[in-house]
Parts: sequence; structure tokens; C-alpha cells
Amino acid sequence: MKRIYMDHNATTPLREEVLEAMLPYLREEFGNASSLHSFGIRARRAVEAAREKVAAALGAQPREIIFTGCGTEADNQAIKGVAFANRGKGDHIITSRVEHKAVLQTCQYLEKQGFRVTYLPVDEYGLVNPDDVARAITGRTVLVSVMFANNEVGTIQPIPAIAQVCQERKVYFHTDAVQAVGKLPIDVGELGVGLLSLSAHKFYGPKGVGALYVRKGVRIDPLLHGGHQEWGRRAATENVAGIVGLGKAIELRIGEMGAEAERLTALRERLYAGIVAQIDHVYLNGHPTERLPGTLNLCFEYVEGEGIIMGLNLAGVAVSSGSACTSAELSPSHVLLAMGVHPAVAQGSVRFGLGRENCGADVDYVLEKLPPIIEWLREMSMFSQETPFPEESGPRQRGH
Amino acid sequence: MAEFGWYSEKVLEHYQNPRNVGEIEDADGVGMVGNPVCGDMMKITIKVQDNRIEDVKFKTFGCGAAIATTSMVTELVKGKTIQEALGVTNQTVVEALDGLPPVKLHCSLLAEEAIKAAIEDYQGRMTNDQ
Repeated sequence: MKRIYMDHNATTPLREEVLEAMLPYLREEFGNASSLHSFGIRARRAVEAAREKVAAALGAQPREIIFTGCGTEADNQAIKGVAFANRGKGDHIITSRVEHKAVLQTCQYLEKQGFRVTYLPVDEYGLVNPDDVARAITGRTVLVSVMFANNEVGTIQPIPAIAQVCQERKVYFHTDAVQAVGKLPIDVGELGVGLLSLSAHKFYGPKGVGALYVRKGVRIDPLLHGGHQEWGRRAATENVAGIVGLGKAIELRIGEMGAEAERLTALRERLYAGIVAQIDHVYLNGHPTERLPGTLNLCFEYVEGEGIIMGLNLAGVAVSSGSACTSAELSPSHVLLAMGVHPAVAQGSVRFGLGRENCGADVDYVLEKLPPIIEWLREMSMFSQETPFPEESGPRQRGH
Repeated sequence: MAEFGWYSEKVLEHYQNPRNVGEIEDADGVGMVGNPVCGDMMKITIKVQDNRIEDVKFKTFGCGAAIATTSMVTELVKGKTIQEALGVTNQTVVEALDGLPPVKLHCSLLAEEAIKAAIEDYQGRMTNDQ
């Protein structure tokens, strides 16, 4: 059966060239990058070459790059590291309601440790207002953390404006750029961000490796103790093959970024236009233009998202949903709720994440398979234009 | 492998070919449970003749498990007496579907509640008629 992967915001396939670059470091070049013999020296050279590639991709200095085990670790390192190192200065952190859980739950953990956190609202497109950031900053604020682009709906935040506010008020600014790196041009110097997280597997690199950019001079405590690696900022024997893969992947993706952004935006718009031409009561989630090239998040009213995913999966198409039924929780996506989407409508969300291997034929295949699935699920649903969702839906009525 | 959130073949089969989809126009009992805000709502309509569920239909707004459990519960009660139908529990439904992922067990509870609500509605109407 046909298998089409359209869930590139979740993860991406490893590129062949990246795998090739990694293989020697899983085989004969197995040295510990801290060893002083030839095996160690070769591993060290590979790690430092990768660091230069990552730094070059972001407009940073190599010494400003810390390799981590994943994007989640980079977020944890940035937020906890800055919070704990600057506790003498203050105890207040500002973030947004649409962050990835790697940021949200780290902030919630810090609240238990005595920090205060402001969760900024967003508008209907998922945008944070830089004026809200300015208003929320107090003399006790040590960090602002706002994501570069949202993983669910793809909305791109006004990062330069938020960074400027933070610079004026002398507050550290971290951005979770896990979804943005390799898709949008990023120059940390121009943007004025102090810390930036990224993850290799979102741009055709391997899983299990990420990086955190930390501007020179930022006071930050390490998360891991127990070694001198990464200049004492991240103890642990380096994942040499993973780091090499990250370097290769970022270099390749940055090189083709402009052309790919254009191609994926065109594919995404073709998919969107084809869907709304065939299916009614469909709503676009996220900003119409300020959005990641390959991300299309839609709500199909009167049906539930997981049912759509199952139907598409049986047709060989892999997508994801922000419905409650795809997680262990009862409430739908916190991102859609923060954007003011009706919770019942939010249950019908589907995220298409287009990527490198997708082509026009894939889009056409989805446009052929999706409408009958929606039509069939709507036939099964008791809701329709004639019988809409109740305006006020109370708490779940389950006597168990 | 239900613990990883995967569905059994039986669940997939009922999702793909749900039994008894629809709504009985002149139903003798109607049961509606759940809440669309939480992602699932089920409506079961029954036709009763001589204390037996002669016909049953369902409509569901919900995930694959919600669809499969309502489909299964209608299949389990069709042709049964009211007493037999009241003996169908969420456990009966789960077993008939060869298991459900833990996070989906609430769907089977809703399915049980939906058929019980339809029967209660029928019984209430009978009492009022007397």
C-alpha cells in the first residue's frame, strides 16, 4: 500500500548523506572526544567541525553552541539554567500559553521551586504581542521564553520585536526554535536573542541530539554535572556520531532552505485550496501568512480528529491531531484553546506537516482520500450545520 | 499492544465497518451521553417490541474507539431482551473488541451509559403510559 509521511513537525526521516557522515563515528572512529590519543583527537575534530557548522547556520560563535541530548533538554537547560544562575537577581519568568510542553512544564516545575511565571495570552492567530511582554517585565524578571514558531499551528512569533523589548529591559531572552531551524532564516546576532534551542531530528538529522545557543556572557548554570565537557556546561561523553549528524543536517538544510520554503509553501497552499474546495466547515488554524512553510493545521467541524487520522492512516497517509483523544488528556490542544478556538471544534483538528520528500502527487492523493473520510465521519456524527455544537458546553458528564 | 495506544484488529474493523449507524425516527428510547468539548458524544436510539430490542442505531462524535465501542454495543444488544441488554457492561464491550488502550477505556463506559440511557428513557416512557 501507498505510504505518505506528512507529519514532519513530529519528526523527519534521516537523510542518506547525514547517515553516511555519521557511520564512521559509529564504527572505526569510536574514540572519546576527551581522550588525548589519535582516536580521541579524531572524535574531537569531528565534534568541533560540527560545532562550527551549527554556529555558522545561526550566525553565532562556535563557543556559544552547547550540544545537548535533544530539544527538550536544550529548553530545560536554557530555562532552569538561567533561572537558577540568576536567582539573586530575581524570581520571575515570562513565557506564552502556546509553548511546547518542554517549556511549559519546565516553567511549572520552577513555580514549585518558588519562581513566579507569567503565561502570556495570544491572539486568534497564536501571536504573542510584544507590548504584553514589555508590560509583564518587572524588576524581578530574569527570563523571557517565547517560541520561534509553533509546532502545532506553525505561527511565527515576532521574535525581533520581543528580543528588542528584552534588550531594552536587560532581561535574558530564550527562544525555542526547534520548529524554525532549517525552515526560516535565523541570525542570532541580528535577532538579538540570548538563548536558542534546536533539535536535529526536525531537519532530517538523527534523534537524540540537539543544541542550545548561549550568547557569550549569559549567566547560566549547567543541568548536568560530572565532567568538563562543553566547557563545563554539559557534562557527559559527547554523542559524536549524533553531533556529526546534526552538523551535516543543518549545513544541508540551510543550503536549500530558500528554495524549499518556496516549494513547501506552494504545496501547502495547494493542499489547503483543494480541501476547502471540496469540504465545507473547515477552519484554518494559525496565521494565514506568518506561518512555517510546510505546516497546515485545520479544524473539520462536527467530527473528531483522531477518527480522521485513523481514516487517513488506513489510506496510507500519516498526519497528526490536536484532539484530546490522541493524548491521555480530556481537553484538546492547549494551543488551539489559547487561540480561542471552540473546544468542541478544536477536537476536530488535523495537522499536515509537509516536508522534503513530499511532492504534488502526495498532495493530490490526500485530496482524493480525505473528502470521503470526512463525509463518512460526518454521517456518523450527530452534529451538523442543522444540529450545531452547544454554545455553552459544561464539564464532562461522566459518573465514573 | 494496547498499552502503547494501538487498536486491536477488531476495533479497526468496527471503525471501518460500523454496524447500525443512524437514527431511528420513531424510537421508543433515546440515550445521549458525553460532551463534544471532551471529544466524544454518543446517541443511541432503540425500537422495542415485546420487551425485546428489535432495532438499535447509533450516532457518534468521537475517536476511533468511541465509534468502535458504540458500534459493538449496538451489535451486542440487538435482538436481546431489555434485561439481557442491561447486563451488557463496558467490560463486555472491551472483551468483545479484544481490548482497548487504557486511555480509551472511558469510551467503553460511555457506550454502556448510552445504551442504559436509551433503555431508561424507554422504561420511563412505559411508566408514564400506564
